[in-house]
Amino acid sequence: MGSNYDDITFTDYTLGQEELEKIENVLEDDLIRSGVHSVLLIDMAGNIIAQRDNGACDHDLYSLAALASANFAAVDTMAKIVGEEEFSLLFHKGENENIHFSKVNVEFLLITIFGKKVSLGLLRLKVAEAVDKINGVWKP
Amino acid sequence: MAFVNMKSKEVQAKIVYYGPGRGGKTTNLEFIYSKFRERIKSDMVSIKTHGDRTLFFDFLPFDIGKIMGYDVKIQLYTVPGQVKYDATRRLVLKGVDGMVFVADSQVEQRKKNVLSLKNLQENLAMYKKSIFKVPLVLQYNKRDLKKEGIPLLPTETLEKDLNSQLKVPSFAASAVSGENVVPTMKKIISLTMASLQNVLK
Amino acid sequence: MGSNYDDNITFMDYTLDQEQLEHIESVLGEDLIKSGVHCVLLIDMAGNIIAKCDNGRCQHDLYSLAALASANFAAVDTMAKIVGEAEFSLLFHKGENENIHFNKVNEEFLLITIFGKEVSLGLLRLKVAEAVEKVNSVFMQAA
Repeated sequence: MGSNYDDITFTDYTLGQEELEKIENVLEDDLIRSGVHSVLLIDMAGNIIAQRDNGACDHDLYSLAALASANFAAVDTMAKIVGEEEFSLLFHKGENENIHFSKVNVEFLLITIFGKKVSLGLLRLKVAEAVDKINGVWKP
Repeated sequence: MAFVNMKSKEVQAKIVYYGPGRGGKTTNLEFIYSKFRERIKSDMVSIKTHGDRTLFFDFLPFDIGKIMGYDVKIQLYTVPGQVKYDATRRLVLKGVDGMVFVADSQVEQRKKNVLSLKNLQENLAMYKKSIFKVPLVLQYNKRDLKKEGIPLLPTETLEKDLNSQLKVPSFAASAVSGENVVPTMKKIISLTMASLQNVLK
Repeated sequence: MGSNYDDNITFMDYTLDQEQLEHIESVLGEDLIKSGVHCVLLIDMAGNIIAKCDNGRCQHDLYSLAALASANFAAVDTMAKIVGEAEFSLLFHKGENENIHFNKVNEEFLLITIFGKEVSLGLLRLKVAEAVEKVNSVFMQAA
């Protein structure tokens, strides 16, 4: 039966073990060490590519990844409906936890969950640095 | 769009249940969730309206075990079936690797099944995918209504309406009682994995 | 399973008559459109447009926007619960020319405002707060 079907399309990028480790190190060193609770690198289909947390995080990250990519896609589509290329979907603010989104490139999203200990200004700085480094790691 | 993590030896693939509104897509997932409770670590996420209609999607991640040394994680999704939710439905289709089309066997839903299948073809085309090539299984749901005296389309008619060109595996089912829900899921997983295996070799 | 269920029937918990709907639309027109907002929608959480008003030049696909906005709102709400929050403050999205602002009116409704550079965010939030109060009082009468 498999012969009648197109091969599954794989993500257009390939990440080897070494590259994944480098990305995980960036997440750890730049973000978790700065006080971020948990960070996910996801693709636009909702797959978790890499993930790091501070050890105290027991959130359902698979569901969060699915929701975050759907959220991002919905906001992007709304932007196009009103004639915009994209919106700056920065973050969602809660009482204790906040979620920040940053597009890494066309395929990936960096999602950071952080609390009051990290200021938004510092977080945006750290995220920008991390995004730069991640972009440098991966080869298409 | 299947994702392979070489480091953790993990494969993630996305399967979407599609079909007309109130056809039984969410019921399929609810049955799977209740049947495999011990194996599914997280809760099923359902974004729905107060009236219990799917608004965005249902999401159920499922570890199906090892294939060729890789841990395979399937993500099961449903889409909202109502016509007015087309824009949202399209978003859920992004990166899909396999599909189950849940058709409503009731006579009065005949046209809606055909329109929904056409809608699937169009939405897949927007992602440059062909309905003839994506792993696909048809499910003719609500067969249980026959014993309540509700007029149902014979499976031959459903086959003719929906499967005469596609020629994919099809199952007569009753999602509410669970009949053929698991075989449908197993079939689409095996079709989806068949292509994967070729690439993983 | 509701064999005769029609896809299009929605049963709403509230009923608004013609007069109340007109009242709401005039609030949207007076408080928001007249302040320079391009387009405003009052939607329910299932994505139905209850009332809308625009400056006459709005050609966007508002029906898809409403469906997306309600789905998105629900998704963000679910994310909030996953990280232990009751809800997030989903305020607004900033574009180059158009921005979108969201405001929960009550448990059932969302007010969506699309505006450009002519309106400052501060003024918009003020006007939206006023409009929300007035719309809520119309709903109180309907309940």
